[in-house]
Amino acid sequence: MLAQFGFGVFVLTFLLALFSVGAAVAGYFGNSDRWVEAARRAMLLTFPLITLGTLTLVYLLVTGHYELQYVYAVTSNDMPFYLKVTALWGGQAGSLVLWSWLMSAFASAITLRKWERDRELLPWVIVVTSVTLAFFLALSILYENPFARWWQTALGDFVPRMFAPAGALAVTPSDGQGLNPLLRHPGMILHPPMLYLGFVAFVIPFAFAIAALVTGRSDDRWIRLTRRWTLVAWLFLSLGLVLGMRWAYDVLGWGGYWAWDPVEIAALMPWLTGTAFLHSVMIQEKRGMFKQWNMLLIILTYSLVIFGTFLTRSGVLSSVHAFAESAIGPMFFAFIGITFVISVALLIYRWKDLRAEVEMTSFFSREALFLLNNLLFMGVLIVCFWGVIFPLISELVTGQKVTVGPPFYLRANAPLFGALMALMGIAPLSAWGKSTYKTLGRALWKPSIPAAIVPIVLVILGVRNWIALVGFTLVALVIFVTLFEFWRGARSRQKKQNENFLVAFWRLAGHNRRRYGGYLIHLSMVVMAIGILGMELYQTTTQKTLAVGEDIQISGYTLRFDSLAQFPYTDGRIVTRAVMSVFKDGKFLGELYPRYDYYPDGQPMTIAGVRSTLADDLYVVLVNWENVSSAEAPFKVYHNPLVNWLWIGSVMFIFGFLVAAWPDREEEKRAGTI
Amino acid sequence: MKTKNICLLILSLVLISAILIPTLAVSAQQPTPSDDEVNAIARQLYCPVCENTPLDVCPTTACHQWRELIRQMLAEGKSEAEIKQYFVDYYGARVLSEPPTSGINWLVYVVPPLAFLAGVYLLLRAFQTWKRAAKNTAPGTELSGLPVPGLVTGAPPSIEAARPALDDKYVERLEEELKKRK
Repeated sequence: MLAQFGFGVFVLTFLLALFSVGAAVAGYFGNSDRWVEAARRAMLLTFPLITLGTLTLVYLLVTGHYELQYVYAVTSNDMPFYLKVTALWGGQAGSLVLWSWLMSAFASAITLRKWERDRELLPWVIVVTSVTLAFFLALSILYENPFARWWQTALGDFVPRMFAPAGALAVTPSDGQGLNPLLRHPGMILHPPMLYLGFVAFVIPFAFAIAALVTGRSDDRWIRLTRRWTLVAWLFLSLGLVLGMRWAYDVLGWGGYWAWDPVEIAALMPWLTGTAFLHSVMIQEKRGMFKQWNMLLIILTYSLVIFGTFLTRSGVLSSVHAFAESAIGPMFFAFIGITFVISVALLIYRWKDLRAEVEMTSFFSREALFLLNNLLFMGVLIVCFWGVIFPLISELVTGQKVTVGPPFYLRANAPLFGALMALMGIAPLSAWGKSTYKTLGRALWKPSIPAAIVPIVLVILGVRNWIALVGFTLVALVIFVTLFEFWRGARSRQKKQNENFLVAFWRLAGHNRRRYGGYLIHLSMVVMAIGILGMELYQTTTQKTLAVGEDIQISGYTLRFDSLAQFPYTDGRIVTRAVMSVFKDGKFLGELYPRYDYYPDGQPMTIAGVRSTLADDLYVVLVNWENVSSAEAPFKVYHNPLVNWLWIGSVMFIFGFLVAAWPDREEEKRAGTI
Repeated sequence: MKTKNICLLILSLVLISAILIPTLAVSAQQPTPSDDEVNAIARQLYCPVCENTPLDVCPTTACHQWRELIRQMLAEGKSEAEIKQYFVDYYGARVLSEPPTSGINWLVYVVPPLAFLAGVYLLLRAFQTWKRAAKNTAPGTELSGLPVPGLVTGAPPSIEAARPALDDKYVERLEEELKKRK
């Protein structure tokens, strides 16, 4: 009964979303405020309705209504309460519900603001958000219905349907399959909502961009209005990516955090265009340039957001045939195609109105360097996009699948990321409008000196890998340039305003948070780069089957296998846990407990024993896929130099973001920002 | 005479190696190849069953058997290239971490650099037209440092013209930018 209620609420919300699209279009063309207002209210009403539908589903999940296929697939009696709640996004159908809910929440938040100054944009913002919402709701209603229940047909087959097939009997299992153990990790509980928050929040700037295109407003109002949305979208997308990396590192047991898997790349691609967008909108705000380019970037970001969801949800990655068979795949494909074509057509229609107000005058100006930054991000995007879709093309054309794996991406992207780091070092020192190589050189030489010492020191220390030398030099350059910028700004202010250095520093950053927050984010990126360089260039691994008392060596560490025990845990899983002693230069450093858990449904989960320091991680896996006994067990050990800096950089990133995006009351009043 | 000596030397080297190499190969067969030796090859191969999982970390039984197959082939003295080729012959090119450079697969390596170069070309072209346009519309802009028409913010003309110390110039620019934002 509750399931039917939830389903009915979703159908009603879907119809309401469609109505708001129609009313908004009618209001715009009929010049009728009443219709636009009706559209706005319909949009607002979707939020409480969809919340009600989602809460119904959550209630069914936590109360164990296993007669519903979705509840059966992602929960079980032995799961704790919080996992039953988060199982909402543990599977395909629930994830789509979460998407719709977030879309409705953000669209409602947008429609609640005061619209006086931008009334003309409102109908089209409603159209874009409502169309997106209606699309995802349609997927939930027609193809991935979380409220479908189990039926047994006359032939004896079990089928999930919303309504009873002819002659079928209702079936109610007593327990569910339970959430995949790999998804029970805190990182995986937070990772999907973070990604989705980022994905959905990017729809808002896109909606304003389309509204600006339709209404013919060529100024940067849409960018200023949605600046904070863009930042928030970017934050959550970044956090989603980092959490996914951390989850992979903690749970997957292959010693790394990023495997250039298509699913990972699917989330990275909108981040790439989003990051390029974040930079290039600054040029439009400051100089009135690149209007067409910014439009194209946000259109691409929106399409990649939907494409990312499509890649991970349609089965297209496993094979083009799985895609053709799935109902949801072609729907996604059509939606991406139609929205992309319409958006680009609108952009072409307005192309002339979006000409730059000024022309570029110097190769060394900040806007020129920003453009170069955009080119590099697009380069990485092309590599990623091509790498992801090429196996599909190959399968379509030759019938043979190929793998495009890490070597491809690393070879192609490493120089692009290196160039991006070099730009991070140079661009902050260039000026808007006009900057010659002389002025740039004059600003650059001071921070370059300490940066140049870094490779010399590294060579003396015995580093001979040229990629490491270039990489760490660039890291140093960015760090010194950024610190130099802080110092230079504060020092100038100190002289000019007669302030104490610290006060000058504080006021400088406080008055231009966006700029200095941005620099902090640059710093965090290169701190992350330290970890990535350490892992990519210096990770080592070894594997050996050890008898109790035997040891294994790696990078100066000795690990002795002391004992192994197997015991049941309260939630029903069987834990197999080894104890290892770690020594370096004969000195005892501590114990590690690599283990693997077998869940009642037979699913294994490998938890590495990790000893983590700023210099390196020692990462030990009890290899559960080989023969394990209490006397003898196989271990795989990874030595991961500097990897901790990746996580430290992520935390710094959040701090930098808070500085950059913290609300500025005065500015908001002036701009009417949302 | 000298060439004769060299010929003799080469001949003897060839003979010695012809005797030694089989014995070396036999001795290589003796110890079972270690996990590290197996993984060094398995790492470069992708599980034919599971999506995007390298063979060295794949937990399935099938992959375990494939790793043992690699071990066995190593023990038989097969080279890394031979083992990889064996897997390609049996399971197709998808077991390799990158597509082989043959047929349509060339595209995977050619398209991204070409697209990137096209981007560079477009950017350079755009720069040139911008520069030309800027020169035509505002002659002397670059030399005098006059503001470009329509400039929203940026370095005011006095900064460049007056040429004071770098620090002052910088702080003025900074203050200017801050002011404009208020």
